[in-house]
Amino acid sequence: MTVTIRLQREDFDAGPEIARLVGARTDIGAIVTFSGICRDHEAGHSVTAMTLEHYPGMAEEEIARHVEEAQKRWPLQGVTVIHRYGRMVPGDNIVLVVTASAHRDAAFAAAEFLMDYLKTRAPFWKREEHGGATSWVDAKETDDDAARRWTAAT
Amino acid sequence: MKLLYFAWVRERVGKADEDIALPAEIRTVGELMDWLAGRGEEYAYAFENRKVIRAAIDRAHVKPETPIANAREIAFFPPMTGG
Repeated sequence: MTVTIRLQREDFDAGPEIARLVGARTDIGAIVTFSGICRDHEAGHSVTAMTLEHYPGMAEEEIARHVEEAQKRWPLQGVTVIHRYGRMVPGDNIVLVVTASAHRDAAFAAAEFLMDYLKTRAPFWKREEHGGATSWVDAKETDDDAARRWTAAT
Repeated sequence: MKLLYFAWVRERVGKADEDIALPAEIRTVGELMDWLAGRGEEYAYAFENRKVIRAAIDRAHVKPETPIANAREIAFFPPMTGG
């Protein structure tokens, strides 16, 4: 199991990250990649930029806890999570999740699980710029619902 | 005890972190929020709606009823909006 967790100000490139995760392995049958990108609108208003604040130390630890949980739930061969912080403009990358498994169902499910938990449990906060004003982004009920489905009784 | 504040909690309190000697009778995270809210106007504003504020002890999420004994670092912040 190859695990890479990075928090960085710099941009990332999904291609080399996938290549690094796979390396020389030939037992991987499925790679799922999720990229979160800064968009130019939110709830009907335009967004000119956003700044991501994070809790250094806890952010890495919290992501690592969820990667461990994903490993327990699905047969994964590799996970890469990269989350940026600092100021971003529309079109910029924010987050990358790459999951590798022998079969696609585990890779898809683990990527979705990790993103749902990143949204609601990893200590990051977005502040938007729109026009001349800035405001903190409110947490969404739909994100809480998305994370909750992984703990719902089966 | 080291206290950390993030996002709008940090802005309202007016500082990112501070070292505070806490009264011994404060036992839980919720009691600490109550006590902080009484430390001045900026704290009262930051902690006016305590139900929405999240907390972490030594970098792990905790609930208001969690005891603060042995904590080195306690953080307060709004609901997370990463990803």
